[in-house]
Amino acid sequence: MLKLTQLSKRFGGLSVLQDVNFEVPAGSVFGLIGPNGAGKTTVFNLITGLLAPSGGGIEFDGRSLVGVAPHQITRRGLGRTFQNIRIFKEMSLLENVVVGMHAHLGYGVPALLFALPGFRAQEQRARAKAHELLSWVGLDHKADDIADNLSYGDQRKLELARALATEPRLLLLDEPVAGMNSGEKVELMALVRKIAERGYTIFMIEHDMRFVMGLCQRIAVLNFGRIIAEGTPDEIKNNADVIEAYLGREDDDQAASGGRP
Amino acid sequence: MEWFDNFWSVYSNLVLTIGINALLALSIWLTLSCGLLAMANAAFMGIGAYTASLLTMNAGAPFPVALAGGIVAPTLVALLIGGPTLRLSGVYLAMATLGFGEVVRVLILNAESLTGGALGLNGIPQSTQWWHVVLALVLVLLILWRLRRSRIGRAFEAIKEDGIAASLMGIGVMAHKMLAFALGAAIAGLAGALNAHLTFFIGPSEFGFDRGVDILTMAILGGTAGLTGPVLGALIITLLPELLRAFKDFRTMMNGAILVLIVLFLPKGLWDPLRFKQWFARAPRKPDSMPGKAA
Repeated sequence: MLKLTQLSKRFGGLSVLQDVNFEVPAGSVFGLIGPNGAGKTTVFNLITGLLAPSGGGIEFDGRSLVGVAPHQITRRGLGRTFQNIRIFKEMSLLENVVVGMHAHLGYGVPALLFALPGFRAQEQRARAKAHELLSWVGLDHKADDIADNLSYGDQRKLELARALATEPRLLLLDEPVAGMNSGEKVELMALVRKIAERGYTIFMIEHDMRFVMGLCQRIAVLNFGRIIAEGTPDEIKNNADVIEAYLGREDDDQAASGGRP
Repeated sequence: MEWFDNFWSVYSNLVLTIGINALLALSIWLTLSCGLLAMANAAFMGIGAYTASLLTMNAGAPFPVALAGGIVAPTLVALLIGGPTLRLSGVYLAMATLGFGEVVRVLILNAESLTGGALGLNGIPQSTQWWHVVLALVLVLLILWRLRRSRIGRAFEAIKEDGIAASLMGIGVMAHKMLAFALGAAIAGLAGALNAHLTFFIGPSEFGFDRGVDILTMAILGGTAGLTGPVLGALIITLLPELLRAFKDFRTMMNGAILVLIVLFLPKGLWDPLRFKQWFARAPRKPDSMPGKAA
């Protein structure tokens, strides 16, 4: 569904990504892991059009995403959340989610100016859909609250609902459980699983190994801008390069069994 | 109704100026609601005023045609300069648009054969009736109110809060900024055209830096959370010099002082529904709590 070929990114003389190749198959939950500063978020920023690649290609459903504006990429069916939450803080939860439906509200200017039936029907449907998405993430009872008043974990859930509102076929999650406590993590894990079961393809960046190993069918590991391994969670867990990237070179056997932090 | 006739003969100009200033405040509110600090509204007003006046005086165009010209000309200019300038953000956009305003003023000043230069244009027919101003204000309020409650208004707000997140919601950020900028220019141009046909005379100094700051003061003083704020701000800023006639020379200074005080103590302006809500929520329990601190 999403295919990166020989993707690279340089900032001046600094090579952040080099020849990154992998493919996210449709209908799967795919994970990208790697130590801090490996270039994971840069991969997301390249895919969503916020940065332009220095070389290589990005294909989504067979069409190139290189040089396409971010809002056009979203309209093609790619939604994302951010590592450092970027909700619209001064809006209500409901408004946040309805903003996500922007491209799917098809009324014209006359309908909008004169509040024609088409306008009202679409706005009503958008609100109903927003309530539904909020109830998916368990926030519907707070629909009219101001988003800034939400707890950290709830803000992440709101961002998830807002990303779903863009009607993505592929959902990019950038460290969805960063900064959450273990209870919230378990809750979110169930939520992501539920979303995947509804037919969304999910591509996530995550540090939390239990979370990644528990959810993903395939995992790619990024270190210093290169993919060093790709495979099923079990393969990754036992891959010597991955263990070395996370724990340093091992001199005793104990490190191998402690491959997960 | 005799008292009304007396009142109207003395104050009609002032009342209509309130309406025109409200239009100007709404024009800058529109760009502010999209997160753009664009300071070109005085220049757009000037372009509208001169275009409309020249149309009536030189081309003998009927008043509606002159008004249309006063709306279209600044809109076209906005579309032209919007491309390069709207890529700037924050204070850089303010500087670029202020610079543009200065260019317009100097152009008007030097195109003497057309604009009369520093002497301005004299003898503009006084075609603006009270109901023209009322109609314009009502129409603009209606359009902006509808816009606010649609996906376009939501997109403006989203861009104001976080442009990157907005673009990833499928919102064309540049197109929406351009829409806000051009529509603001159209409203400012309309205000300029109406004003020119009310005051008989226009000169380049009317559309300079002072006017730009006045317009911004009205919107910020009133509050930018909704449409009520700018209208309220225009009302106060227009009436204030009349109430403070003794300080007339210090008018600009007063406006500056008001702006500073508002920013310090009521950063969201006078009309702030959220603050009102807080007052009401608090009132029953602590009736004599300091309301000024709620902001």
